[in-house]
Amino acid sequence: MDFGPYLFLASLEGLVTAAVLALTALGLSLVFGVMRIVNVAHGEFFMLGAVLAWWFAGLVSGSPAFGFLIALVLSPLVVGAVALLCERTVLKRIDYNPEATIVATIGLLYIIQQLALTFYGPDARPVQAPINFRIVFPWFGWSGYKLVVIGVSILLLLATWFVLTRTRLGLIMRATQYDRETAQAFAIPVDKVYAAVFAIGAMLAATAAVLIVPIQQAHYLMGLDPLLLSFIVVIIGGLGSILGTVVAALIIGLSDGIISVFFSPTLAKILATLLVAFVLVIRPQGLFGATQR
Amino acid sequence: MLKVNAIDASYGSVQVLRSLSVSVSAGEVLCMLGRNGAGKTTTLKAIMGLVRTQAGEIDLDGTDLSKLPAHLVPKQGIAYVPQGRRLFAELSVADNLEIGLMARGMGRETRERVLELFPVLRERLRQRSGTLSGGEQQMLAMARALCLEPKVLLLDEPTEGLMPSMIAAIRDSVSSLRDQGVAVILVEQRVDAVLPVADRVAFIENGATRDTVPVETLREDLTLVHRYVGVGH
Repeated sequence: MDFGPYLFLASLEGLVTAAVLALTALGLSLVFGVMRIVNVAHGEFFMLGAVLAWWFAGLVSGSPAFGFLIALVLSPLVVGAVALLCERTVLKRIDYNPEATIVATIGLLYIIQQLALTFYGPDARPVQAPINFRIVFPWFGWSGYKLVVIGVSILLLLATWFVLTRTRLGLIMRATQYDRETAQAFAIPVDKVYAAVFAIGAMLAATAAVLIVPIQQAHYLMGLDPLLLSFIVVIIGGLGSILGTVVAALIIGLSDGIISVFFSPTLAKILATLLVAFVLVIRPQGLFGATQR
Repeated sequence: MLKVNAIDASYGSVQVLRSLSVSVSAGEVLCMLGRNGAGKTTTLKAIMGLVRTQAGEIDLDGTDLSKLPAHLVPKQGIAYVPQGRRLFAELSVADNLEIGLMARGMGRETRERVLELFPVLRERLRQRSGTLSGGEQQMLAMARALCLEPKVLLLDEPTEGLMPSMIAAIRDSVSSLRDQGVAVILVEQRVDAVLPVADRVAFIENGATRDTVPVETLREDLTLVHRYVGVGH
C-alpha cells in the first residue's frame, strides 16, 4: 500500500479513537468542571460499561444488533446508578473535599476493578458488532461499524452540547459550576445537581465503552488507558469547554492513530504527554479554557 | 414580617454571630451598619441558609427558615443581592435573569416588569454579564433578585464602588420597592449611603445588635454612628 492510503487508514482509525475519547473525556470534564473534583474512578465506569455490555448482549439470543442495542441502553443506565450510589454514599459524605475525593475515588477504582475481576473474570471478551458490512475503499476494506461509532459519538456530543447550552437543566448546571453558593440563593438544589452530574459523567464514559467493545473486547483492566487519555484531553482542551474537549480529543486521537501506525504506540503516548507539559507551561487553562477568576 | 431572633453562627470554631436579633416589616427598609467583620454579611447569609445557625430562629410569616435547606429559603419569598454582586459572570444577562425567574417559577410578566425598572439591561440581554460596567452589574444583580417577586429583599453593600449617579439610581429603586410593600434589609458601611433611604438603623458590633434606632434620630445626632462605625464615615 502507498503512503497516501496508509495515512488515510491511520486517520480513520484515529477518528474512532478520537470519537470514543471525546465522549469519555467529556464525562470527566463535566464532573471536574461542575463539581470541582477529580474522579480517578472515571476509567472504571468506562470498564464497567464495557463489561456490562458483554453481559447484557449475552442475555439475548438471536440478532447481535438487538443484543447490542439492549447493551447500549441498559449498560449506561446501570453504570449511572452505580455512580449515583458512589456519589451519595461516599463523595457527599466527605463534602466533595478535593483531596479527600481523590483518595476516595482511588478506593472506588480498586473496589470496582476487583468486583469486576471477581464476577467477570480475567478474560477479555468480545461483543459482536451490531452490523457487519464492510466499506470497500480502492486500497482496503474498513469495518462499517467503526463509522457507526463515530456517528453515534458525534450525536451524543451534540446532544450534550444542546442540553448544556440550550436547556434549563444545562443553565442550572452551569450556574452551579460558576458559583455554588449564589446558585443556592436562587433555589438551585446544588446537592441534586452534583448527583446528576456525577451520574451523567459516568454514563458518558459507559456509553463510550459500549461503543468500543465490539472493536476492543471487554477486560477488567481496560479502564486505565481511557482515564489517562481523558485527563490529557481535559488538560489540553481546558476545563468545562465542550469544544476544547472535542478538539483535544481529535488531536490526541488522530496523532495516536497516525503515530501508532507509522512509528509506535509508545511514541504516540510520549508525544501526548509532552503536549500536556507544553500546554501546562504555556497556557495552563487549556486551549479553550477560560481563566479562573 | 421577618424576625431574626437570637441567632448564633460560626465559621469553623470562630463564632461570628452571638445571639443576634433584627427584624423588618413589610414596606420598611432596615439598615444594618457596622464595621468590617461585625457580622453583617454573615447575618444575611444565615437568613439565606448559606451559613447554618447553631441557635435561635429566623421567622418569616410563621416559617422557621433556619430549619430549611439553603435552596428552599428563596422559595419562601426572600431574594438576595450578595456583596460584590456575584453574577454568573460567564452567563449572559438573559440567562442570569432566567435563573432568577426559575427560582420561584415566575414568567414573562415578571421579566418585563423587571426590565422596565432597569431598561439598560434590555439592550444588553445577549451580552456576557461579566463584561457589563460596575453599575450595570449591580442593576443586573438587583434585577435578578427581583425576578423572584420577593417579599423580603436582602442587599449587601449595593453601592460599594459605584459612581454617585448609579448610587442614586439604586437608592431610588430601593425606595420604590419599599413603597410596593417589600421588606428590605440593607447592609452598609457608610452612613451617608443609608440616611436617605433607611427607616430604621441597626448597629452591629461583634456579632450582635447593639442598638436599633429610627433614622430620624441619626439625622439629628451622629453620636451612635461614631461609636459603632468610627469617625470619618
